[in-house]
Amino acid sequence: MRVPLSWLREYVDLPAVTAHEVADRLTAAGLKLESITSHGHDVKNVVVGEVLEVEELTGFKKPIRHCKVEVGEATPREIVCGATNFAAGDRVPVVLPGGVLPGGFEVGARKTYGRMSEGMICSERELGLGDDHHGIMVLPADTPIGADVVELLGLRDDVIELEITPDIGYALSIRGVAREAATAFGVPFHDPADVELPEETGQAWPASIADPTACDRFVLREVRGFDPSAQSPLWMRVRLTRAGMRPVSLAVDITNYLMLELGQPLHAFDRGRLTGEIVVRRARPGETLETLDHVVRELDPDDILITDQSGPISMAGTMGGLETEISDTSTDIVIEAAHFSATGISRESRRHNLVSEASKRFERGVDRELPLAASWRAVRLLAELGGATVQPGVTHAEVGVRPARIAIPSSHPGDVAGIAYAKETVVHRLEQVGCTVTDGDDPAVRTGGVDPTGVVTGGELAARLAVTGDDMITVTPPSWRPDLTDPNDLAEEVIRLEGYESLPSVLPKAPAGAGLTEGQRLRRRVGRALAAAGYVEVLAYPFISEADFDNLQLPADDARRRAMRLANPLAEDEPLMRTTLLPGLLKTLVRNVGRGFPDVALFESGAVYRPREGAPRTAPVLGVEREPTADELASVEAALPDQPHRVAVVLAGEFDRSGWWGPGRQECWADAVRAAQLVAVEAGVELSVTADQHEPWHPGRCAALYSGDTLVGHAGELHPRVIEAYGLPPRTSAMELELSRIERAMPGPVEAPRVSAYPVATQDVALIVPDFTPVADVEAALRDGAGELLESIRLFDVYTGEQAGEGNKSLAYTLRFRAADRTLTAEETTAARDAAVALAADRVGAHLRGV
Amino acid sequence: MSDYDPVEVTPLHADEVSRMEADALAAIKAAGTLDALKQARLAHAGDRSPVALANREIGALPPAARAEAGKRVGTVRRAINEALAARQGELEAERDARVLVEEAVDVTLPWDRRPRGARHPLTTMQERIADTFVAMGYEVAEGPELEGEWFNFDALNIATDHPARSEHDTFFVESGESGMVLRTQTSPVQIRALLQRGVPCYVISPGKVFRTDELDATHTPVFHQVEGLAIDEGLTMAHLKGTLDRFAEVMFGEGISTRFRPNYFPFTEPSAEMDLKCFVCRGASAVPGNPPCRTCKSEGWIEWGGCGMVNPRVLIACGVDPSRYSGFAFGMGIERTLMFRHNAEDMRDMVEGDVRFTLPFGMEI
Repeated sequence: MRVPLSWLREYVDLPAVTAHEVADRLTAAGLKLESITSHGHDVKNVVVGEVLEVEELTGFKKPIRHCKVEVGEATPREIVCGATNFAAGDRVPVVLPGGVLPGGFEVGARKTYGRMSEGMICSERELGLGDDHHGIMVLPADTPIGADVVELLGLRDDVIELEITPDIGYALSIRGVAREAATAFGVPFHDPADVELPEETGQAWPASIADPTACDRFVLREVRGFDPSAQSPLWMRVRLTRAGMRPVSLAVDITNYLMLELGQPLHAFDRGRLTGEIVVRRARPGETLETLDHVVRELDPDDILITDQSGPISMAGTMGGLETEISDTSTDIVIEAAHFSATGISRESRRHNLVSEASKRFERGVDRELPLAASWRAVRLLAELGGATVQPGVTHAEVGVRPARIAIPSSHPGDVAGIAYAKETVVHRLEQVGCTVTDGDDPAVRTGGVDPTGVVTGGELAARLAVTGDDMITVTPPSWRPDLTDPNDLAEEVIRLEGYESLPSVLPKAPAGAGLTEGQRLRRRVGRALAAAGYVEVLAYPFISEADFDNLQLPADDARRRAMRLANPLAEDEPLMRTTLLPGLLKTLVRNVGRGFPDVALFESGAVYRPREGAPRTAPVLGVEREPTADELASVEAALPDQPHRVAVVLAGEFDRSGWWGPGRQECWADAVRAAQLVAVEAGVELSVTADQHEPWHPGRCAALYSGDTLVGHAGELHPRVIEAYGLPPRTSAMELELSRIERAMPGPVEAPRVSAYPVATQDVALIVPDFTPVADVEAALRDGAGELLESIRLFDVYTGEQAGEGNKSLAYTLRFRAADRTLTAEETTAARDAAVALAADRVGAHLRGV
Repeated sequence: MSDYDPVEVTPLHADEVSRMEADALAAIKAAGTLDALKQARLAHAGDRSPVALANREIGALPPAARAEAGKRVGTVRRAINEALAARQGELEAERDARVLVEEAVDVTLPWDRRPRGARHPLTTMQERIADTFVAMGYEVAEGPELEGEWFNFDALNIATDHPARSEHDTFFVESGESGMVLRTQTSPVQIRALLQRGVPCYVISPGKVFRTDELDATHTPVFHQVEGLAIDEGLTMAHLKGTLDRFAEVMFGEGISTRFRPNYFPFTEPSAEMDLKCFVCRGASAVPGNPPCRTCKSEGWIEWGGCGMVNPRVLIACGVDPSRYSGFAFGMGIERTLMFRHNAEDMRDMVEGDVRFTLPFGMEI
């Protein structure tokens, strides 16, 4: 809401304060300052002049005039001008040499087109009054020559732009802002809606309300003999422009001006185009209406319409119909001022994706007591400025609405704030807001029903919200505050007007908490471990495309292709929610490589979204008047996808850097497996590794990772097709683990080992096994065979070649043995080693090298 | 005693002892390296050295002869040990002067074979904030990112037709009518926490949220918030203020407090916008004449988040009796906090995953 300060001052006796001071007080009251725009403060030396002579200069590409202009000085000024819309005798604004126009544009005396020009004759735009640059601004003939134009036209003003929260629709008006400003400064407020209405007996154009849930007040007034060529006065155009609205025509400008001033949207019909009684009703199936913006709209049975005998003529509170719009020939006008259902207009506006100044106000709540006064002021202005005659009579259709009332203990605002307010303070503040406050409780406020606009008042919810106690007061909020419905709404009014800055600061004593959960700790440890190992964390967007599934080479029936789809994605080609972390990581890796960092190791830790088999397609939207049942909650959860937490890494280039110490080491599949183990170690979970073929990994370099029998992820080098599809560096590797599964496998606390002080006995063995034998199997056999004397086992060499024999490999291990209670004899360790080798021979056909 | 023959104990003869001393001193003097000296020490002062063996024989002498022999051997041993110590000192000094100099390397050579990675500052910022509240007794609550509409809106008193709802720029899942959205705020976790934990309830909930904003320097469709909730008997707005003041102090230093301005959120009533006293200029730049402040744009305060007393309607939807329990909620943007706490200028840097942005943040923030 843009508020010209001059307009505000008209209705509130503000002291001599700056726009900033006003804005600060309003901000403290909840009307937040967005910006302040100053107009005309830099303008100087602009005066009214009378054009005495006009000489047309020739020989130039465009018409150029040399004028003599009387500006109230000793001699007239000579001024060269390019505009042609004025004549000798016209009074015009003139900026004299040394003068300044808006924007700091300085004007001097200079020679141009071969003549002297001592200043400039100005257009409205040059004066900062509007967009009109069609020609010179011609002033009324009685404007005093030499007068200061800044004063005369009210050029100087500050416009305060305020952010108005959706609950306080009344503040989308000068009236509402003025009321807040008056309270903030403790000065009188003059209500622009407080006009004396004539006693009306007759009706204007006939009208009725057919649906009381759609509209509870509908007022029509008429004027005749309006001069459609009448121009809006400059002051009105300037205020509209500065408040952010474009001047259109006098009749339209008047309705807009009053909407800005009062907050009441108004609509003007061309009386000549109406047929029969106007009825406010909901749309009928199949009805359409062409609105002012030349769009033919198919109406929904829930839409609120203004209709006459011809059918719909306006979408209530949203946009008028084209057919009955006033035109540049309309002389007889019917003004509509109404109060529509806030939710009804909100739905209508959303349904048609049509947000207007009117709909914005109606859905935020308009004062239902405004229509009579607002329409009266409209017809008065049409008469004063447009020469129209106000027709006697007013049409006033109304549905009786009981105003909301709320009973609270007078201590309630203080109880909410944590500070004691005197009862007089509470009552005074509520009265400043416009409430009527009476002593005593009224239990009736807690039993109610549904008001005509569909809002639940009183009843079960009101009973649950009720606050009772000693010294009850009953509060009737004013008609312009439909947002005040609950005890806490009243508390807020008192606290905000008393000032949030006066709230004490008290730290509550929370009960002792249990700290982070094991899962939360695990996620942090995993992040630290991967970062310490060289990986940089990424937080990629979780949006992916079908193309990602193809790029990852996922088979048609891969479960990861089943993804949740956004109805309104930001990028049309990325409408899916990720089912794997890899696409985001791979794209980020490519970005880093593209920016000159070929050696990259990245990780991400986050959710993936996996639709559940047979899940319902919709999650029910439950009620809010009570706690939902377990079944109701379960019905919401059932529709939501499973959202497990995953961790993944991608890496390319050198993992160990080359340098002066020698060559580096290109990352490989093993680093990816190692990253998985780093994660598992943090969880205290042992991973077992088996070869697998699983996209997007290289079929010969893909490890499946298990915790016990549970598959927890994969790691290895990516498939060359994947590398090509994403434009990745060759041999890029990746790992993805489902951390949620690892978390479930976390063992309890570590059992402390008993450390033996007896000496270690070491034995090396070299085993020949067939090439295809997984090392993991050999090691498992050795471990199992060696028995409990084995302290550790380490593979220190893998050899393939002549001495291992065709189709074989040689694996060299160091076995370390130690007993808890004695020094092992050579016989004991040899026996253990032999047992290990024997089991390896048995399980995987291993035999000792050289034997 | 009958076969006792003192004459046979030659090692204790004065000449013999003197020879031992001479041999030892010569060997010590001849030792040119610390290793050679170690050998000399073994040979002439070790357990099996001649003096040690001679010392052992003293007990075999008649008592009258023991004192003199003991004195003689002791003198020699002392002399040998002193010579060893002196030579040790000389050789060490020599080594320090020569060998260690020869072994010198250029320690300015870089050694970055495996550079360390880093955690994302948005992650560590969420952790730091969570830790502050965990220290106050809160627990970290979590909820799904793809959320039921009821949790994200209705239960938070944002009815279908509420104007606030359209301001949320919501991502709808599958269709506008599926009842599922990408959560637009971390506030639905409030609902889940109350339903699951009951009261009293003190939770903090950092997490990812979504709005349909195009990515630019100050907007991103995927961002992070942290939400706090406290429900208990007798909680007031003063407690909210106290909690946020404490939070501000822990995050930004002593004396940094908060300021409330009235605002509107459907799920809190009363509601407030929360400003943080500028931790750089401490509010001084707002006073005319003082130097300007880049962090707060010389306003003295930085907009940080929203807060308020949990709307009793929300408590009712969660089965909490508002006539007995009250409480507060607050929330702030993690990206925004990072921007002003660390002078980060462009939201895109936080999103794109360029390692140059993330690396300097290390493990903690």
